[in-house]
Amino acid sequence: MAFEPSTGAAGARMGMLAGRAFEGVASVLRFVVVVAGTFLGLLAITFFIGRVVPIDPVLSVVGDRATQEVYEAARQAMGLDRPLIVQFFAYVGDVLTGDLGMSISTGRPVVDDLARVFPATLEMATIGIIIGVVLGVPMGVVAATHQGSWIDQVIRVLGLLGYSVPAFWLGLVGLAVFYAGLGWVAGPGRVDIFYDGLLDPVTGLYLIDSVIAGEWDIFWNALDHLMLPASILGFFSLAYIARMTRSFMLDQLGQEYVTTARVKGVSERRVIWRHAFYPIRIQLITVIGLSYAALLEGSVMIETVFSWPGIGNYLTTALLTADMNAVLGATLVIGAVFIMINKISDVLYRILDPRARR
Amino acid sequence: MIDWLLDDSPTSRLQANMGRAWRVWTALLRNPLAVVGALIVLVLVVMAIFAPLIAPYSPIGQDLANRLMPPSAEHWMGTDELGRDIYSRVVYGARITLLIVTMVAVIAAPIGLVVGAVSGYFGGWVDRVLMGVTDIFLSMPKLILALAFVAALGPGIENAIIAIAITAWPVYARIARAETITFRDSEFISAVRLQGASATRVILRHVLPLCASSTIVRVTLDMAGIILTAAGLGFLGLGAQPPLPEWGAMISRGRNFILDQWWVATMPGFAIILVSLGFCFLGDGLRDVLDPKQGEKQ
Repeated sequence: MAFEPSTGAAGARMGMLAGRAFEGVASVLRFVVVVAGTFLGLLAITFFIGRVVPIDPVLSVVGDRATQEVYEAARQAMGLDRPLIVQFFAYVGDVLTGDLGMSISTGRPVVDDLARVFPATLEMATIGIIIGVVLGVPMGVVAATHQGSWIDQVIRVLGLLGYSVPAFWLGLVGLAVFYAGLGWVAGPGRVDIFYDGLLDPVTGLYLIDSVIAGEWDIFWNALDHLMLPASILGFFSLAYIARMTRSFMLDQLGQEYVTTARVKGVSERRVIWRHAFYPIRIQLITVIGLSYAALLEGSVMIETVFSWPGIGNYLTTALLTADMNAVLGATLVIGAVFIMINKISDVLYRILDPRARR
Repeated sequence: MIDWLLDDSPTSRLQANMGRAWRVWTALLRNPLAVVGALIVLVLVVMAIFAPLIAPYSPIGQDLANRLMPPSAEHWMGTDELGRDIYSRVVYGARITLLIVTMVAVIAAPIGLVVGAVSGYFGGWVDRVLMGVTDIFLSMPKLILALAFVAALGPGIENAIIAIAITAWPVYARIARAETITFRDSEFISAVRLQGASATRVILRHVLPLCASSTIVRVTLDMAGIILTAAGLGFLGLGAQPPLPEWGAMISRGRNFILDQWWVATMPGFAIILVSLGFCFLGDGLRDVLDPKQGEKQ
């Protein structure tokens, strides 16, 4: 913005506001373009995987036991005689109008299937991230304020384990110990088998649906089933969130304003939570957003172990039956949610942190 | 010998390189965790090379009379549902794990390096296009992308390697680009260019070697993630196929016995954790030695 002498404070203020508004519009536009470009990229990748990589895309959609007529019909319907670029735009059009094709294993449109299974994953990942944040943030703060103490060491070890333990293995061990061994939690699945199908799907989230229906038995049963898989997911986000919180806090505690506050005689609790923690909560939003997105991805493995009827289980079942439409649909949805969460946390960071605005 | 290595004015390129390697090595030895990591990785390599000598039994030889035996003196990690010795299978599994991580590194790192160096060196629209593609790949969930690729390519160890490599390269492109930009306009690059060196020569001979150390650090740190992804693909039945003793696939087979014969599924898991931790330790140590700036930021 060029600096021009203005007639008065009011004029200067108006000019600044106009400049801000312009910058705001420009950054919104830039955001939209970046997000649209990334989505187009995601579509290009799924298109490439579905149509270019397989030697015979028709076979991968109809399966190898299809008759000649079915095969020909599918080939016609998929428009494989047209040039690739035309096929790609047709594909983009289909996806934008909510058409992801039919699943060969369930015989229903992939979109309907995904809408049915997504809430299960969302419920598990949300409880997981809540566990991760509620435990991870305080642990990180304590580790930073008591550097070198046992809790600092515990967090170091947890952080390393978070990088090196396979989620599916931890799920199996968890089932063996806490379900079979100790009997503390319920086993695989979302609810016990005799509660199955009793709830009207309003939101698809059993914890909320059961409260709406006033079925407290089902609520507690669903929570019982949810605890173990969500805790395992929570462990992975806890490991990451605690480590990042620790390093952000160490950054702040080394700053001079913290020393100043201490010299003034501000109580230690206030120094930590009010002075040092206050600025890092914005950085934490990005970290939490990233790990929430990672949990949606991580749930693929956990769901397989816990027979959790979510999007991960749907994806892996489709993988094994080579149900390509379902595989690509699930990939697309997980990818889109992943991208959206990342971009939203990016935008929130920019809005909340004045330093990142320009 | 050590004097020759630490000579401040080396007389040959070999001496300079050897001296540098020696300094890195001694600095690494001062970090106990890095030594532990290096030892674990060394054990993995030794197990992979000498598997037939180390493993007491055949990894695929069935012995139905001794199926699902708990860990004992004869079978250190017990036996699986076909009576195969789990310890021997874990030892042979080291070969598959090492093969996968090496191949992924050999495929993904050079691709990423070249993309990043070209992008950073030329700048302009080349940079914008290449980094646009890189960012799109970076913003995808890695595991899901690998799963979808394997689904299209078909299950198997080669396809698993390709799929993981496709998801692994963008990080190296980012690193190489950042490094290239810092010395793109420096005098030694201008000097080489004025001597008439082509862009290819400048990138291959003068830019890429300078990106090597940060890439090595990053590759080592990424190994744990690659091992976990490979094991995940194996667990889902999309990686190495039976009867290959791949650790993830072994856990998957042990799933049915987890409640009564816990050792079938847990033992290969310990192997995965140990090796991943080893690479993490080694990577952390290497970063402190080769790339101190990055270490401070963490």
